[in-house]
Amino acid sequence: MRVAVGGAETYAYTGARAFDAALPTLAFVHGAGNDHSVWALQSRYFAHHGRNVLAVDLPGHGRSAGRPLASVEALSDWVAAFLAAAGVREAALVGHSMGALAALECAARHPALVRRLALLGPAAPMPVSDALLDAARNDEPAAHAMIVGWQHAPGALLGGHPVPGLWMPGGATRLLERALPGVLAIDLAACNAYAGGLDAAASVACPALVVTGQRDLMAPPKSAQALIDALRDKRVVSLPNCGHAMTNEAPDRVLDALIGFL
Amino acid sequence: MKARLPLPTPMSTPKSHRFDTLSLHAGARPDPATGARATPIHQTASFVFPDCDHAAALFNMERAGHVYSRISNPTCAVLEERVAALEGGVGAIATASGQAALHLAICTLMGAGGHIVASRALYGGSHNLLDYTLPRFGIATTFVDPRDLDAWRAAIRPETRLLFGETLGNPGLDVLDVPRVAALAHDHGLPLLVDSTFTTPWLLRPFEHGADLVFHSATKFLSGHGVVIGGVLVDSGSFDWDGAKARGKFPTLTEPYHGFHDMVFAEESTTAAFLLRARREGIRDFGACMAPATAWQILQGIETLPVRMARHVENARKVVAFLAKHAMVAGVAYPELPSHRDHALAARLLPRGCGAVFSFDLRGTRAQGRRFIESLRLFSHLANVGDAKSLVIHPASTTHFRMSAEDLARAGITEGTIRLSIGLEDADDLIEDLSRGLHAAGKA
Repeated sequence: MRVAVGGAETYAYTGARAFDAALPTLAFVHGAGNDHSVWALQSRYFAHHGRNVLAVDLPGHGRSAGRPLASVEALSDWVAAFLAAAGVREAALVGHSMGALAALECAARHPALVRRLALLGPAAPMPVSDALLDAARNDEPAAHAMIVGWQHAPGALLGGHPVPGLWMPGGATRLLERALPGVLAIDLAACNAYAGGLDAAASVACPALVVTGQRDLMAPPKSAQALIDALRDKRVVSLPNCGHAMTNEAPDRVLDALIGFL
Repeated sequence: MKARLPLPTPMSTPKSHRFDTLSLHAGARPDPATGARATPIHQTASFVFPDCDHAAALFNMERAGHVYSRISNPTCAVLEERVAALEGGVGAIATASGQAALHLAICTLMGAGGHIVASRALYGGSHNLLDYTLPRFGIATTFVDPRDLDAWRAAIRPETRLLFGETLGNPGLDVLDVPRVAALAHDHGLPLLVDSTFTTPWLLRPFEHGADLVFHSATKFLSGHGVVIGGVLVDSGSFDWDGAKARGKFPTLTEPYHGFHDMVFAEESTTAAFLLRARREGIRDFGACMAPATAWQILQGIETLPVRMARHVENARKVVAFLAKHAMVAGVAYPELPSHRDHALAARLLPRGCGAVFSFDLRGTRAQGRRFIESLRLFSHLANVGDAKSLVIHPASTTHFRMSAEDLARAGITEGTIRLSIGLEDADDLIEDLSRGLHAAGKA
């Protein structure tokens, strides 16, 4: 699906299904430097199980035009604007990493729009090390190497992709390389600067799911605890032996968590 | 104070595993069910579904896993990951042979009406597929001198969908200028496919030089022992099939595929669209898959690839040095020799060496060539390369016999051309064997 949001053409993967206004809608929001394809298996499942699926490419990412947005708050308002442009009045939001922060803030700012909220690999705050921020600004290959090294549980760096024949570190690296120059730095800076996570969590009115990876180094489970504590109606799923790249490392376990919640 | 991510001091900066480690470990881990350390051979045609919903989800690519061993198999998947890791790609597909890998690559990218520009310095079987067989299905190929960039450029047509060459051409070891040919391909919105069989990723990682797709006859150095037939097709994940210059050229990847619920592969996967289509159509429908026992054999070979390749190259250099000085030898085609046309390019692209398969021209008659081959005791006369044991063959009458005299000459093959594949024996024994053969040829 392609819709104009703020004058910029925006792409959303739908699982090759036409939008049906009679069905509930799930919107998937990817993380820093990524695009809709990180949700391939999960979004496709729901698209074929009675939901409209809109796995967006955020502005300046993937197939979407526009400039990347510099703050989580701006991303959250953009998600709301995107849903409005797509003709969606109410949706469940599923976000990963930076996308989880955008979904969280969106649920707080636009409570009537968000029916359910699933946060994968969130943290509040979500600080990014100075070295990674600097590398993202000045040496993107080095930043890619840091992220790929940190976002997988240690064993995953030797492979074992659940999808036959795919090499996880290679795929993660190539996806980051596809981002336009400067996009990753803007995304990481937005994560680093976001200070409203706990307040947003406290004001979320809808049921929320938090999925954490027990071996997540980018957003360790302990960094999500305050956020979890602040949520009122919540469910937590902790994935053993899983890092931050959970939609790749453990796609079925992530899907099962979402099925159980959504 | 905010909690920080793990401090990126030099000690904690993540490092990807190195080549030799990946050769042993990539894609594999101890079997969680049994604790088996070696990769098990999953000798099964099918995989049990936990329930009907799970089965449907597997068929529709909503869940990850195996359905039927023609499409994927856990043992083959370990091999696929390992080769992808060694090449620096996003994934791979194991095939029944190297020829099957080449066919899979071509048929994933084009159908009738498609056109390929290929180096003319190719393995005879690849030349046969492109020159005789694929035209029957509406796919044409223009062959060019791999060194002539203008010829590559001039041969590209509106319907061209692929540029193709061998990293080291068979049998003259023409070194493909991968960076320049890749740049030319990309200027025209086209991918570059290379046959990397002779180099293996230990000698050259073509993706680092701009190639988009790589395939191997894994029968050769990857398995290394001449005991199986197999191929591997690897995707770099870098080519943008829907990019501005490529737009409209690859409808198999960018338009809905009615054979799989109108899936648009380039939208389904940003980096692995080619592999998705190749597996969900090519392997599924053409069926040239690899057997799990074959994958296991190749995995055993790859575990020792770095140490074997080092020894192959070391032995080859000694044999080349011997032949280059022999009176019965008119010339040796090995790019490390200053006399080779690609000497400078090889020094740049292949600093670890130029492999262990090369040819030389014997002075004398066809009868003397026959006497030479039949006098050898250690070198086996057969149609293969990349074995741990040394091999010899006469290309004009075997691997390239279907080619016309003109095409043979263009490929740098004469009646006196002898191809050697240098194995892992003691190099002095190999030199003694060749010396015996040359002596006998001189007397014939």
